[in-house]
Amino acid sequence: MTDTQTAGAPSTGTAASGPAGGKKDEKQERIASLWSDAWRDLRSNPIFLIGAFLVFCMLVLSAVPGWFTSGTPFAANACTLQNSLKPPTGENWFGFDVQGCDIYTRTIWAARNSVIVGVVTTTLVLTVGGALGLLAGWLGGIMDSILSRITEIFFAIPLLLGGMLIMSGREGNAWTVSAVLATLGWPQIFRIMRSSVLQHKNNDYVVAARALGASTVRITLRHILPNAIAPVIVVGAISLGVYIGAEAALSYLGIGVQPPEISWGLMISDAKDRFLQAPHVLLFPAAALSITVLAFIMVGDAVRDALDPKLR
Amino acid sequence: MGRYLIRRLIQAIPVLLGATFLIYFLTFALGGDPVQALAGEKKADPLVAAMLREKYHLDDPFLVQYWNYLTGVLQGNLGETLNGRQVLDLITEAFPYTVNLAIVAFAIEALVGVTAGIMAALRRGKFLDQLVLLSTLLVISIPVFVTGFVLQLLLGVELKELGFDFFPVSFNESDGFKAYLLPGFILASTSLAYVTRLTRTSLMETMRADYVRTAVAKGLPRRRVVVNHALRNALIPIVTFLGADLGSLMGGAVITENIFNINGIGGLIAQAIRLDQGTVLVGVVTLLVLVYLLANLIVDLLYAVLDPRIRYA
Repeated sequence: MTDTQTAGAPSTGTAASGPAGGKKDEKQERIASLWSDAWRDLRSNPIFLIGAFLVFCMLVLSAVPGWFTSGTPFAANACTLQNSLKPPTGENWFGFDVQGCDIYTRTIWAARNSVIVGVVTTTLVLTVGGALGLLAGWLGGIMDSILSRITEIFFAIPLLLGGMLIMSGREGNAWTVSAVLATLGWPQIFRIMRSSVLQHKNNDYVVAARALGASTVRITLRHILPNAIAPVIVVGAISLGVYIGAEAALSYLGIGVQPPEISWGLMISDAKDRFLQAPHVLLFPAAALSITVLAFIMVGDAVRDALDPKLR
Repeated sequence: MGRYLIRRLIQAIPVLLGATFLIYFLTFALGGDPVQALAGEKKADPLVAAMLREKYHLDDPFLVQYWNYLTGVLQGNLGETLNGRQVLDLITEAFPYTVNLAIVAFAIEALVGVTAGIMAALRRGKFLDQLVLLSTLLVISIPVFVTGFVLQLLLGVELKELGFDFFPVSFNESDGFKAYLLPGFILASTSLAYVTRLTRTSLMETMRADYVRTAVAKGLPRRRVVVNHALRNALIPIVTFLGADLGSLMGGAVITENIFNINGIGGLIAQAIRLDQGTVLVGVVTLLVLVYLLANLIVDLLYAVLDPRIRYA
């Protein structure tokens, strides 16, 4: 019905008719789960491929920034004041900031804090929110009521303001920022997990497993969890981008990551006072930040579309 | 209806209590020393410090402090800062700016977002639809403070040099409504993109419903089918989003106010953080929690207006 599908169908067909294709195809039909269908969709979706490539680049960049730049922003002689606000040249692609530091080097090294915040926050949120959501959805009753009331309380507090509130007067680095964002962010995953479990819990396959004598723990972990986790993963991928943006916003306001650590939000905040005079100082870290957030949202969007049977 | 309203209001009480407790706990039980913050870099004079601690009950156990605060709030007293200003006064000074800004943003978000979403949904897969999808994706990914600075440069400075002075770079109260236009748009941008996408998906789904097919088969004009039949039902998730967003617009105004020098809630919060004035922070966030709860209640009541199948006993 949509362009991607008409374009996508033949390309998977040709891929499957290769030498190894026959065997693979057979295997896929045998499983024929939501995930294998989705994976087939994703492999031919340009949005997913571009997003995944960018995410991969960001991960490599943050793990080994030394591969991409010879300097480090933390060396004593990293910045020369003479170079203050110089525009980009062939040698220094991104130009220099007000302190005469090379913006390219700083932008590359700043990726690490953003990726740490994104990954750590998402992991925390998925584990805590996911586990509690599973518990509430499966057990129901008083447990469900109590946990749901607690999430309502968290939901009423705006993310950015709540983050500012907790971060004020505390030491700011990537780890504390992650902890704070996770504290405020887990209820979202809780709600999705809970409703997803509720949808699956009365299905025939659960009754069948129960009739076969499977224990509650086994049914929950082996049968319900794999089926209910799809929407959680999607929201997780999208919110990873959102958390990176939130870290930048906190750092921009001066209560996130603190110098001498570097972060894109911090670089933007430093550059804002001289934006009219030297826009490149602000625009390069801003572009890096936007591309990273975009990459995660693209991946999440594509996975959601692939997992949604209504769009098939 | 009346009984439903009362039940909902009663249900809101534990949420409000829980939220204020959480906020109070996070600020004071874990926060820094406000008396030292008042003294700044110097060491606080022990006599003055002791006097302040005595006056503001800072040495009481945490739960006692919270109880005192809560009973104060119920009597309309949000407490005072350590330099003697009433928190309620500070908030009433700053609040109108933020409310105006949020209203402008909300109007832009609802009008532009829903219109763009409808247009995209009705031209599914066409150029306009792709354009809307792509531009919303970009707007969602670019952080508000970046959009803010770029638009401030493009519309506030460059456009003014060309002779169009519609968007003042810095906020000035005497500009009236015009002063809120650009900040409001920037504040709305991210939510605007979400509303557009939500409208698009929701309307596309509703257009496939049986009752829409019936309406088309009856020979109703397309405009009537879309606006009176499909859109009304498709609006439910959008209204839900808009309601929840009202609170976050006021919270998110911190950054927009920072860019355009508006002395609203955002400026107040930034100042409170710098001076470690926990009471101000708690007061502001409590107020926003109230806004959030109220907006949610209105949304729930709107459901019954939009979808006649929903009734509240």
